[in-house]
Amino acid sequence: MASIDKPAGELPDTVTEALSAPDLTAAAVEVIPPEILAQSLGQYLRAWLARARSGDAGVLPVAIALVAVTVVFTIVSPNHVFLSAGNLVNLFDQSAVFVVLAMGEGFVLLLGEIDLSIGYVAAIGGIVAANLVQPTPNWPWWAAIIAALLVCGGIGAIHGLIITRLGMPAFVVTLAGYLFWFGVMIIILGAAGGVGITSTVLPNQQALYGLVYSYIDPVVAWIGLVVIVGLLGGALWLRDAGRRRSGLVAPPVGLTVAKIVFLAAAGVVVVAICNVNRGSFLPIVGVPWVVPLVLVVLAIWTVLLERTPFGRHMYAVGGNPEAARRAGINVSRVRTLAFVLCSLTAGLAGVIYCSQLGGMTTNINGGQLVLYAVAAAVIGGTSLFGGRGRAIHGLLGGLVIGAIYNGLYLLGLPIQWQLIATGLVLLAAVSVDALSRRGAGSGSLAHA
Amino acid sequence: MDMTAEPNPLPGGVPAGGSASVAAPANPEPLLRLRGISKHFGAVQALYGVDLDLPPGQVTALCGDNGAGKSVLTKCIAGIHEPDEGEMLWEGRQVHIRTPKDAASLGIETVYQDLALADNLDIVQNMFLGRERVSSVFLDEDGMERAAADTLAGLRVTTVRSIRQPVATLSGGQRQAVAVAKAVMWNSKLVMLDEPTAALGVAQTAMVLELIRRLKDHGLAVMVISHNLNDVFEVADRIAVLRLGRMVAEDWLSSFDRQSVVDFMTTGGSSRDVLASGSSHDKD
Repeated sequence: MASIDKPAGELPDTVTEALSAPDLTAAAVEVIPPEILAQSLGQYLRAWLARARSGDAGVLPVAIALVAVTVVFTIVSPNHVFLSAGNLVNLFDQSAVFVVLAMGEGFVLLLGEIDLSIGYVAAIGGIVAANLVQPTPNWPWWAAIIAALLVCGGIGAIHGLIITRLGMPAFVVTLAGYLFWFGVMIIILGAAGGVGITSTVLPNQQALYGLVYSYIDPVVAWIGLVVIVGLLGGALWLRDAGRRRSGLVAPPVGLTVAKIVFLAAAGVVVVAICNVNRGSFLPIVGVPWVVPLVLVVLAIWTVLLERTPFGRHMYAVGGNPEAARRAGINVSRVRTLAFVLCSLTAGLAGVIYCSQLGGMTTNINGGQLVLYAVAAAVIGGTSLFGGRGRAIHGLLGGLVIGAIYNGLYLLGLPIQWQLIATGLVLLAAVSVDALSRRGAGSGSLAHA
Repeated sequence: MDMTAEPNPLPGGVPAGGSASVAAPANPEPLLRLRGISKHFGAVQALYGVDLDLPPGQVTALCGDNGAGKSVLTKCIAGIHEPDEGEMLWEGRQVHIRTPKDAASLGIETVYQDLALADNLDIVQNMFLGRERVSSVFLDEDGMERAAADTLAGLRVTTVRSIRQPVATLSGGQRQAVAVAKAVMWNSKLVMLDEPTAALGVAQTAMVLELIRRLKDHGLAVMVISHNLNDVFEVADRIAVLRLGRMVAEDWLSSFDRQSVVDFMTTGGSSRDVLASGSSHDKD
């Protein structure tokens, strides 16, 4: 309908809105997601470009950012080392922490809230796991990870219950949590100021350390890739084809094919990069275990958010809490669980960070980590205002943050330039978010 | 103000020789019958012994000035407030509606003025919000989409481009249509609409009124709360007028004209001829 793009205050356009004639004016195409209307790939691309111009650009900004960062750092890094296999695998390892933290923060951002504590909550998670694989308790590595996740989930439950039961702002409660868990972390680490894990002493320590520093056999990786792409691609194809057959809303065939091809191509590129020998003395090849671990987290959180009633309720609470409440959704429960899932995911990020650093020390900068997490989620396309966000946004945004972090390090620039660059990227991402919200907001206000 | 102190022989009930009902259709047994509903909030008495009948297949317009108690009465039926006194008969049985869930399980749905739609969700997702269909543990998207499409087609809501478009992209009339479709999808028998045309333009208002007629044709009892007498006379079969918490008139549309409704709303009575034999008027 033509009235969508009108600024607030104008009356709905009654002339073009005939009683029963379908709305076929071009304006509608700009705001309706293109995949539900387009009949062919060409139509889809045109509709998508139109929508991007109207402000809601989807993953376009983050894709541009990723390409731009890669090109710039490849050109300016010494010997173009940024694009070398060794550095790219290193980049995946470094990004993993940001990606998982951003996926955690995404749960809370989806409700229009924020959690400032997850940097130090992640540290607590890493410390719990590292302590449990020390010689004295010597827990199995998997039990240590589960314990870390439970502890962090419990911390999230405390935050969530204080916020929902006492009606306190999440900003303040999690700021208090930031300081509190920072202090708790220093107490746990004690006089030693750190806890280490190495690859040599105990099998369980080796396993934890090996999350980042042990690699999947190249042949196994290729087979795994074929199986995963086959299953995912097959499921995607069957779903879309089934919906097309039943006359339900479905993307055009070309788009389904393009998605599967893109999935396969991305997988091939990642596995191929990781399977290049990147060792200088001894050969080092293979996909680090942290890569499939991150993808599993991505898959689980995507399914939870987009395929279950609980996920649907999270979007509803983020979009219109009053509508959710009247629909019988327990809004307090959803909000509390969002903080639980956020902290639990942060705990896993902490375990990965611990593996990457070979332990945890009081030097960890939880404040910077949480800002990177928020930045990554927003850069990826999650809205700071609630109601819009996906797990994949954490992956894409985390890669951008990881690439900046990695690239500036390669240039030998000191930490202050890294902070400035990240700050500017965050500002750009929030601007895109605010602009797209203004574009969408004028549409809905015109009809309020 | 004692004109409603004792129960009226209402047109929806036993035809007690009410001559005002000559022009009216045959009286169906009311789906919901309210008797002597009173409600106070602290020192404020919001409703005084209100009687109201809501027959199936009829549109009853609830009129009244600001503060007349329309919202309180609606919320009593919707289970948001519990009345202090009075009884509710649902299909002839006495019921107690204490929560919105009680109302929903009887088949009572309310479309509030703010519609309560989540802008970021699409039409199907909004229609099933809070009552999602699942197969095993996952959402049954295909089933929900088919059911939503059937409901919208049954109401002949054809102006939306796709039922997978976010509600934020809909016009005001379309949003109202989605909210109504959401309300009628659950085998509801009584739908209450709060100011359904308040924010709409001319064509969109016509669309929503047409939608209300279709609900009635499907045999639902419809209650429309409206300030807009044009809409009321366009779509209603019966009119009930509240003034300062009392039901001052309740009768078939033919017993009223615009001026008499305004008189009832503002002064509680009317001297107009059309109501010479109206049941409420006799008690004035």
